[in-house]
Amino acid sequence: MATDVISESGAKSDFWQGVRLSMPVVVASAPFAVLFGALAVDNGFSVLEAFLMSALVYGGASQMVGIQLFGQHVAPWLIVLSIFAVNFRHVLYSAGIGRRIAHWPVISQALGYFILTDPQFAVAEARAQSGQTVGFAWYLGLGLPVYVFWVIESALGAVFGKLIPDTHALGIDFLLPIYFLGLVLGFRKRPLWLPVVIASAAASIVAYKTVGSPWHVSIGAIAGVLLAVILPPHHSGVKARP
Amino acid sequence: MSTTFWIIIAGAVATYLTRIGGHLVISRFDTIHPRVEAGLNAVPAAVLTTLVAPELLNAGPAEWAALVVTAVVSLRGGLMAMFLAGAAVLIVARQFVG
Repeated sequence: MATDVISESGAKSDFWQGVRLSMPVVVASAPFAVLFGALAVDNGFSVLEAFLMSALVYGGASQMVGIQLFGQHVAPWLIVLSIFAVNFRHVLYSAGIGRRIAHWPVISQALGYFILTDPQFAVAEARAQSGQTVGFAWYLGLGLPVYVFWVIESALGAVFGKLIPDTHALGIDFLLPIYFLGLVLGFRKRPLWLPVVIASAAASIVAYKTVGSPWHVSIGAIAGVLLAVILPPHHSGVKARP
Repeated sequence: MSTTFWIIIAGAVATYLTRIGGHLVISRFDTIHPRVEAGLNAVPAAVLTTLVAPELLNAGPAEWAALVVTAVVSLRGGLMAMFLAGAAVLIVARQFVG
């Protein structure tokens, strides 16, 4: 009885500790949620569809990619494949976090994987490496606020996006390339970053000119990944760079 | 149901597979082949680059200015600083060169 009370209040304080850690993520992702909503309606989504995509996919960069391709009238299967490709990095997060949350009930684990975003992985992994247990209450406290705000702000952005009269003057149509360039540059410390970027850029431009959109996305991406696979592993060695 | 709706559902399923798949598949192996790991590491930069590069073909002075400023700010700032700087330059430049 007494232990029940203790563990329940422990879970409660764990939850709120997670919520505190979620606040920087909530603040940092807010502009992107609003931007996603506004761009989604600019690319032909309804407010409800923008809301649904944020609620069900819940992955900022992949949602941006999805609506960009949707606006270019790319084949649906290729849009889904691109979302999958952009989110593919989660496979590694998933493999990494699995051993930290293996002690949860299966349903909790299933939910835990659903909200496994970049910051969620980074913060949870940091906690695990400091020797603390990654409990479900703490993990939920970290992830739930980010999710709730993301979905609400996406819908607000979509409503707001419908009210913007001249999207060209506000640069709305070119915000995504800027955002993607920022993401690309954010990976610049990875091994082989520059060769991969050059290969993907060259292949995608050639494909864009010859085969045409949307194939330039897949062809360019395959070129960059193939380069990384083909080069001798010591070039891309995970520990090789100082 | 509309095509858009099905794209969203399929995208959500695909995304969930990436989030649970690493645990279900990769954790069964003791080691990942270095070439596979190198390929996986290259995925984000490779995919995202293809979304920027072709835009350069149609970019005017305003767009180029925005991308250059974004790149310069990236040397110091985080994603948000980069994005805001690039967007601000774009909006201002568009008022002059359309």
